[in-house]
Amino acid sequence: MAKILMKGNEALSEAAIRAGLKAFYGYPITPQNEVPAYMAEHLPLRGGVYLQAESEVSAINMVYGAAGAGVRVMTSSSSPGISLKQEGISYIAAAQLPCVIVNVVRNGPGLGGIQPAQGDYFQAVKGGGHGDYRLIVLAPGNVQEMADLTTLGFDLADKWRNPVMILSDGILGQMMEPVVFSEDGAVSEVDKPWATNGAAGRERNIVNSLDIIPDKAEKNMLRLLEKYDQIKAEEVRWQEHNTEDADVILVGYGTSARVARSAMELARKEGLKVGLFRPITLWPFPEQRLAELAKAGRSFLAVEMSAGQMIEDVRLAVNGVSPVHLSNRLGGMVPTPEDVLEKVREILEGRVS
Amino acid sequence: MPRGQVIVNQELCKECSLCVVACPHGVLAIGKAINKKGYHPVEAVAPEKCTGCTMCAVMCPDVVLTIKRKSPERK
Amino acid sequence: MKTVFQKPEALTDMPMHYCPGCTHGIIHRLVGEAIDSLAIREQTIGVASVGCSVFAYDYFNCDMQQAAHGRAPAVATGIKRVLPESMVFTYQGDGDLASIGMAEIVHAAARGENITVVFVNNAIYGMTSGQMAPTSLLGQKTATSPRGRTVEEMGYPIKMCELLATLEGPAYLARVSTHDSRHVLQAGKAIKKAFEIQQQKKGFAMVEVLSTCSVNWGMTPVKALGWLEENMIPYYPLGVYRDVTAKEGN
Repeated sequence: MAKILMKGNEALSEAAIRAGLKAFYGYPITPQNEVPAYMAEHLPLRGGVYLQAESEVSAINMVYGAAGAGVRVMTSSSSPGISLKQEGISYIAAAQLPCVIVNVVRNGPGLGGIQPAQGDYFQAVKGGGHGDYRLIVLAPGNVQEMADLTTLGFDLADKWRNPVMILSDGILGQMMEPVVFSEDGAVSEVDKPWATNGAAGRERNIVNSLDIIPDKAEKNMLRLLEKYDQIKAEEVRWQEHNTEDADVILVGYGTSARVARSAMELARKEGLKVGLFRPITLWPFPEQRLAELAKAGRSFLAVEMSAGQMIEDVRLAVNGVSPVHLSNRLGGMVPTPEDVLEKVREILEGRVS
Repeated sequence: MPRGQVIVNQELCKECSLCVVACPHGVLAIGKAINKKGYHPVEAVAPEKCTGCTMCAVMCPDVVLTIKRKSPERK
Repeated sequence: MKTVFQKPEALTDMPMHYCPGCTHGIIHRLVGEAIDSLAIREQTIGVASVGCSVFAYDYFNCDMQQAAHGRAPAVATGIKRVLPESMVFTYQGDGDLASIGMAEIVHAAARGENITVVFVNNAIYGMTSGQMAPTSLLGQKTATSPRGRTVEEMGYPIKMCELLATLEGPAYLARVSTHDSRHVLQAGKAIKKAFEIQQQKKGFAMVEVLSTCSVNWGMTPVKALGWLEENMIPYYPLGVYRDVTAKEGN
């Protein structure tokens, strides 16, 4: 299996095509433009449909239609575009349609900028659109994971009939690293008897999210919540390094986790007991493992490229057992390992509350 | 023997009268009976005049009416 | 005697929720008849919209998707592109298609998307109880134009067939009416034609069907037919605005 040097956005796109992608519907926005460009170049030659929609709103609704028709389909965008897709994402989650949505996050709010950021965490893991629903949110930490988690994303989407979001950022999308694709070419096919692809020789199917009878709507919601509980029980993923003896555990995902890892390595060289906890699924969040790791005398330091969003989930998991601190940069600025290390020193020396 | 016959699915009728107006021969009128929804369904009050032209059914919004006609069929 | 008129197979047995005399029911039946006559029920996927026809998925006896407000042409595009051999139609009202969904319908038409659009124009928002629609007539009183629609405040009603006819993409555009049986029969032919256009892969086909809303217009169903004829048709002239098969001499 040969290693190929690829941009993260391209690795993600190639993995999606290899996962049996049948349609990509998108709209241009920086810094995700390599994804639609790759799709436009390759997907039509490999049995799929590429279509540039008139807006992100249309693109996500095209995804709704194709997902309802039972094929593997995806869209990608960056923060302001993902905001526009929220209505459609809510409908997709409610109608229980499998699809993959990529957010190559840039800094916000508003038009913000085109630099990497992590300010869409709340939007991704707490809802984003209206109503009680959840996305499965995967956070790649390198180019290989941009590919691998995309493959996983399609499998999880089909398995759970649920939209999956890949929460990336401008650095992971643009950076080049070697990536290896499995060469067995196998696509995990899932039977979709619920799909609307023509009612030939069967009862008709309906893809719908409307329910105006309250007791029936409540029952449907309870079924949905039951599914979310199952996902929580079965699909939590994370990585940890040097957590066993750590006085300070750094918690970060995506690009922040890369910075945190470097900070941890610097700290260990100085003899400081620092570990790293990297959530791979942001929803479901690895709260149980974090709770196990929480104990008196140990601190957590959330490393984020946002005002501090994931830190709230860390605090919920730790539930007051350990203090939780924040090291962050904003506006498209990326924290350095030295910034993080300095915060670690402050914690260890009792210079923070 | 009339040339046509209107069969009314009374429970579906909403008493809108579009068929009554559409019939060129005065076959139909709103009746006295009341259906489960509380409407007075249309009735064939002059069934002998029915030609089976289907104009009533064409205007019915609720597919209340089935029409039969003596052959030969005309279009 | 032989049965010459009955419920089409492409409609379910579910009683329709529409108000008495609402011409939505007539238009549903015409779509069902078109599907039956082309024998395409088992390959048809319908897309219901938001508004009075939101429950259309209960009435059409084929696979159905329910789309967000205005997005039916995008949803239909998503389906049709991955299932090009299927028959895909949207069923949309005037608020859905000509207001919130203007971008989706214009771009689906511009792309020449090979779908059939049934556009029901009754010049008012029915489901939300009678607000001004993009197609409400000048002077028309609605819940949100209580003194009548004025150009100064609300601009002009939108003529969708004429607007889309400025594009190269559409293969078939027609405006028909439901105000009497003769026009209903013509409407049925246009709707069937709009499915045939898709079957022949000619591209985007839309039939705008002038329709009544007696409850929100504040009149009886029979009077509403007359109001449609007298007020809507002069502003929204009936006719075929595009037919690529006519150019080909078919």
